[in-house]
Amino acid sequence: MSGRDEVLAGVRGALGERRRADVAVPRGYLTRLTGPDAASRADVVALFTERVAALGVAVRHVGGDELATAVAAVLWGWEAKRIVVPADLPYGWLADLDGVRALADSTVLDVPALAAVDGVVTGCAAAVAQTGTVVLDGGRAQGRRALTLVPDRHLCVVHADQIVGSVPEAVRRLDPDVPQAWISGPPVATPGDGPPHGPRTLEMLVVED
Amino acid sequence: MTSAAGGPDPHAGFGIGALLGLVNGQQGSAARRRRAEGKPVVPRFAEAAREALADAGARHELAESAAAARERTAAAVSELPDWEALRAAGAAIRDRALLDLDVHLETFEQAVADAGGTVHWARDASAARRIVASLVRDAGDGEVAVADGPVLRETGLAGSLAARGLAVLDASGPEGRDRVRAARVAVTGADFLVADSGTVLLLEADGAARACLTLPETLVCVAGLDRVVPEWEDMEVLLQLLPRAGRGDRLSPQVSAWSGAVPGDGPGEVHVVLVDNGRARILADEVGREALRCIGCGACSAVCPVYERVGERPFDPRGTGRSGPIGAVWTPLARGVDRAPEASLPFASTLCGACADVCPVKIDIPGLLVHLRGEVVDARRHRPVPTPELAVMRGVAWTMADARRFETATGSGARWARLLSRGGRIRRLPGLLGRWTEARDLTAPPAEPFRAWWRRRAPSRRSTK
Ligand code: SF4
Repeated sequence: MSGRDEVLAGVRGALGERRRADVAVPRGYLTRLTGPDAASRADVVALFTERVAALGVAVRHVGGDELATAVAAVLWGWEAKRIVVPADLPYGWLADLDGVRALADSTVLDVPALAAVDGVVTGCAAAVAQTGTVVLDGGRAQGRRALTLVPDRHLCVVHADQIVGSVPEAVRRLDPDVPQAWISGPPVATPGDGPPHGPRTLEMLVVED
Repeated sequence: MTSAAGGPDPHAGFGIGALLGLVNGQQGSAARRRRAEGKPVVPRFAEAAREALADAGARHELAESAAAARERTAAAVSELPDWEALRAAGAAIRDRALLDLDVHLETFEQAVADAGGTVHWARDASAARRIVASLVRDAGDGEVAVADGPVLRETGLAGSLAARGLAVLDASGPEGRDRVRAARVAVTGADFLVADSGTVLLLEADGAARACLTLPETLVCVAGLDRVVPEWEDMEVLLQLLPRAGRGDRLSPQVSAWSGAVPGDGPGEVHVVLVDNGRARILADEVGREALRCIGCGACSAVCPVYERVGERPFDPRGTGRSGPIGAVWTPLARGVDRAPEASLPFASTLCGACADVCPVKIDIPGLLVHLRGEVVDARRHRPVPTPELAVMRGVAWTMADARRFETATGSGARWARLLSRGGRIRRLPGLLGRWTEARDLTAPPAEPFRAWWRRRAPSRRSTK
């Protein structure tokens, strides 16, 4: 018998001939954020900002027309010379860069090349107000997963309309077939272990259109 | 420090000191024999616990960190108004997965294959080690990055890869960050497997697994086959339960989800090794199978007064199982109760019920412990000559079953609030159960059991009526 057949036979044997009928899942939990935190869009956005800041993330609100300036200001604060961006990052986000070279991601960039840049700028697929989370799924302006893992600084641009209230709202928006990174603040090292993996500096710009 | 001779007196102060006395009332004869023969001995719970208790510094640290963990978790849990509804859903989601486990595993296998990955099946720990070693050898250059996790420890994977001559890099170690980036193959665990999409989820704080499942060319993911859930929507519940009950996070700092191989993004070759290693045996026990709901949050350990005192080793002397209250259930269910180390575990509890109160998937750990105590007694009942140990265990099983009834009667309201109000320390439980915890500190049990005291006092009481 192959390992597969043996394991499956063991499981079937354990369940026996008469199985219990299908278990109904009582989905009486909240699938949306409720209460004063969710009274209006502005409240949801404010909650996101508060929760993200509580995780040690520097976060700023900007208008759509201020975004390019704000991105440049963050990179200036990092003293960044060279950054990497997903190939499909909207060009306008980088319109105000001064003295910073932005490399568009391509297969030429291996891990050492990604480790050598001063940071990365991306968008996101969704954000969760209740938990202060951004989710990247490789969609527009996000790039492959290594981009937001190897560089030591990550600036994530979040459009206000991407922010949902709670985890169920985000799960329902996302496609389980594509890889996702749910990021809730910078990675945290376990005491006694080595340095954590992923950008130790995480900053966000919330764009209110 | 033992009341073993006449069985426990339920009205006597009955704490951990007494508990250890009971569990270890007699030295196991098998253990004595192995020691005499110079063979390694896996200590029974009480033997290991006594050593741990002797280390006052470590005990203090355990208490401090357990108290801090409880406070974080309590805050994270009380923030959600629908926590109880989430627990109910979580328990049902896990039951739904387990009661048709073969179906969901095959669905998962197909979905992974459709996404360009391969599923492997390991009957036990040694099969898992063999499969992983061969995948790693085929894919790499003799070096492998490992993001440690419970199932990797359970199967002894890192050690076995090293013993087979592979250079094992601990991704959470001091050099992990830089060296994982150069590794061609990596091994991780998994928290959840979504059957209908073939998605694997990993929740963590330090990103070591995220690096391992993103950067190398080949990924070998090792998962307990119990960790499957039927559908993606189930994650909306479990992604709330696990981080909050576990580290007390609103969400774990890093959550990775992936399904198969994605061209141009992450490993081109992905494998999932599904490990049984006693899980089907647990599933076969219609009462005990509830333990398989476990999502590994560790909340039961954080609130356990016994764990707070003795730490994880006495629960898991070999370091290949689960620790804490769930370990005291899981290990004997997965390995059987024929041998003393497993047989002693169900007795390593005061049945205070704190673990059941906090478990995010509502596992009735005290109920399962009582069930297992019965199995231990049954397994030994048929011996030609009843051992003194058996006499003790029968007494314990009876009394504990009774205490369980008390516990049910006292109800389980206001759980976390209760834990908090105790200033992060479990002192005394309300109601009749209080008797079980009031003397749990390591003072000597009363020289005179309550009943004897009562008998002596009773005449004068009666006369004053
Ligand atoms: S049994 Fe313990 S570790 Fe498992 S889910 Fe329940 S509380 Fe968490």
